[in-house]
Amino acid sequence: MEQGPGAATGGSFISLSENEQRCYSGLYTLCQADSSGKLASSKVGELFRASQLPAEILHQITEVCGAKRLGYFGTGQFYVALKLLAAAQSGLPVRLESITGDLPLPIFAGVKSEAEMRFPNHSSQASDGQTHPLSTNAGPVLRAGTMTATDRPAFRPPENSMEKQEPWSPPRSPCTSPPQSPSTYCRYGYSAQRNGTEPLVGYEGKYPARPAMLQENSSPSHYSHKPAPEQPAITRALSTERLTDGATDDYSDDPWRITEEQRDYYTNQFRTLQPDLGGLILGTVAKNFFTKSKLPIPELSHIWELSDADRDGALTFPEFCTAFHLIVARKNGYPLPEKLPPSLRPSLLACGEVTVDSPKIIQPLIVFEDSTPRAIQQEKGMVEIQQASPLPALTTSTPDVRDDARKSELSPKRAVVTVVTQEKPVQHILPVSAANLKPDPPNELDPNMKSRTRPRSYSSTSIDDAMKKVEEPPTPPPRPQKSHSRASSLDLNKLFQQGSQGVKSGWLPPPPALPPRPPATQIPHFLPAADKPSQKAVQQPNFADFSRFREEEEAGVHPASQSPLRRAAGPSTEDLGPPKPEPSVGIQGHAPQKPVRRKYRPDSQNLEATPPATAPYPPAPAATATVTVTTSKPAQRLAPKQKREIQMAIRKNKETNAVLTRLNSELQQQLKVVHQERVTLESQLELLRPLTST
Amino acid sequence: MAVCIAVIAKENYPLYIRSVPSQNELKFHYTVHTSLDVVEEKISAVGKAMADQRELYLGLLYPTEDYKVYGYVTNSKVKFVIVVDSSNTSLRDNEIRSMFRKLHNSFTDVMCNPFYNPGDPIQSKAFDGMVSGMMVQVS
Repeated sequence: MEQGPGAATGGSFISLSENEQRCYSGLYTLCQADSSGKLASSKVGELFRASQLPAEILHQITEVCGAKRLGYFGTGQFYVALKLLAAAQSGLPVRLESITGDLPLPIFAGVKSEAEMRFPNHSSQASDGQTHPLSTNAGPVLRAGTMTATDRPAFRPPENSMEKQEPWSPPRSPCTSPPQSPSTYCRYGYSAQRNGTEPLVGYEGKYPARPAMLQENSSPSHYSHKPAPEQPAITRALSTERLTDGATDDYSDDPWRITEEQRDYYTNQFRTLQPDLGGLILGTVAKNFFTKSKLPIPELSHIWELSDADRDGALTFPEFCTAFHLIVARKNGYPLPEKLPPSLRPSLLACGEVTVDSPKIIQPLIVFEDSTPRAIQQEKGMVEIQQASPLPALTTSTPDVRDDARKSELSPKRAVVTVVTQEKPVQHILPVSAANLKPDPPNELDPNMKSRTRPRSYSSTSIDDAMKKVEEPPTPPPRPQKSHSRASSLDLNKLFQQGSQGVKSGWLPPPPALPPRPPATQIPHFLPAADKPSQKAVQQPNFADFSRFREEEEAGVHPASQSPLRRAAGPSTEDLGPPKPEPSVGIQGHAPQKPVRRKYRPDSQNLEATPPATAPYPPAPAATATVTVTTSKPAQRLAPKQKREIQMAIRKNKETNAVLTRLNSELQQQLKVVHQERVTLESQLELLRPLTST
Repeated sequence: MAVCIAVIAKENYPLYIRSVPSQNELKFHYTVHTSLDVVEEKISAVGKAMADQRELYLGLLYPTEDYKVYGYVTNSKVKFVIVVDSSNTSLRDNEIRSMFRKLHNSFTDVMCNPFYNPGDPIQSKAFDGMVSGMMVQVS
């Protein structure tokens, strides 16, 4: 038995030392070799697992020793495998070359063997918290008692696929890992008996593996699309799962904790339903998805109740993970909890961050180029929500519309990030949220995240308009006197952009007709031009206060502000009538500063007369005189001409005032008339109402 | 603390009805059924133009010597009926309103569950728990 087994493996000779021979033969007998020299796969599996190597390594060992190829462990394969185990435990790579040298004996945890040399190993390992499958089959961990009985029905015998997995204990069969196997769901329906030999060796960390064990061979129903291509991924995932299982003891105690692979799996599943990890899965979509798990509807309903924490009828990514995890647990026989387990509750939010972090880290670079700034925003929003989480800003948020309190937090961000926020997710979120009648925001965390969408939805549309509206009314107070403040310049810029040279012509026709017209006709003019008055109002202040600030500007005109000045001067020059480059320039300097008087109607400007066409000046009404402004760049001389112009401007202002007053009175009269009509109509309505109601 | 709580669908069949078990449940079923007449009368009295302004809380529907019946209608014509013991005089109108509000919220949660088909009997545990909290505790 010494050299033979070595020779059996691909012809490579492996020399075994005396110790090794003794040890291996002991192990060999332990594994209950049958007559043909094949070893009981279950025992071998137990042994391998007892070596406490990660699953990946164990897979490799199986492959290298040839057992995978053969489909069973012969003596040769077994011995080579043992040596490989030793090599792996020594930190060497799993290669045939590494076992040619001298190696210590492989260490198995909890292996009962008569060999003395194992005792030291055993004792050292015995203290490990790891499972001791060989010693106590019933041991494995946690709810093993209930689990074993219930898990078995949940498994299916892995006959078909993966015979090569035979040497491995079924729980470890890398055929599918729960996180990755979409077909696990298909299998759920089949709950056939699985190899009972290896009940749940391992801790609940493995219980997700159990569904994984279900072979996807004959799964007709595609729970998710491609089972075949996922197999390699599944194998990989399973091995990583083994890794996790081996590595993490704390997970062993909590069946409700989501392992890494599970989270990855959930993430992938989430992506199939909703590509945006920060988005929502609608209720109907989720319903169809989870119905495939073949759980009874009341149970699914209960799972939904547990997982939809914000009760909005849609699942965010953490909620989806919770629901999925509960379904997996239920499939494995865990009774559904009445309340959400703590590990699934707030930690989910952290989970969501963790899992999403890495993909998001990559994405932000991409996101900017792509038209998905929403992810970034969501991440940023998530950051503020997850105050407790130390993770960086890259986390997805759950855009539910809930709290208004958070709107303000997000709106500056939104304004900063981008105007191009996702319209679609917002739009579909809005209908979802609109469907809810929740008056009270249930959770503190989720509502925060939800509130994010609200500012997003509101402000996503035309931030420019919002900016305009916002800026125009409030700007007056803060604006400084001296130079044009940003706000003022913005206004001017806007005004400038809005109109162009021809604007003036467009504006003119209505205005000139206004003064003589009766009030009634004027109203329709004003009402439709809702935004225009604002623009005009902006212009008007310039126009109106031009005279006042004239002196000021003479004092402090800056050449730098000429272009805005120019524009500002536009309306102001209107007052002057004769275009005056210098005064206009001066005026420009102050006109922008003069915030205020928006109330002036366009009429006033219209009344003003005609304007010389100031080409650059957009705001039409004002535009009149602005034409002259163009020429007026530099000249800032304060000549007596300016005084004259100022006086003319004053006169015109007074005329404008008079006209506006008249207009005002006319409008008041109209308002009274309308009021009376309304009263009569209401009285008629009341008279009629009793007749209809009875 | 209510003695009986019922949720009636728009078509006037019960979606959920639960009463204090020690007493004759049939009596409560009958009471709730008759209260539907009063509910219908109240909601029809508002008038065509006031549908959106109709108050959801209907108030005391009718008192009997043993108990009082309060009603509440949602905008989708789902009715909540609460029967309280007449001897329980400490219950104020505000408390009844808050009970209805909680009922409405829980009902909305049930509705949001995609696995719940409107018109099905309500089997939500959360809803049950909430209702239990509002019922008279029978030792």
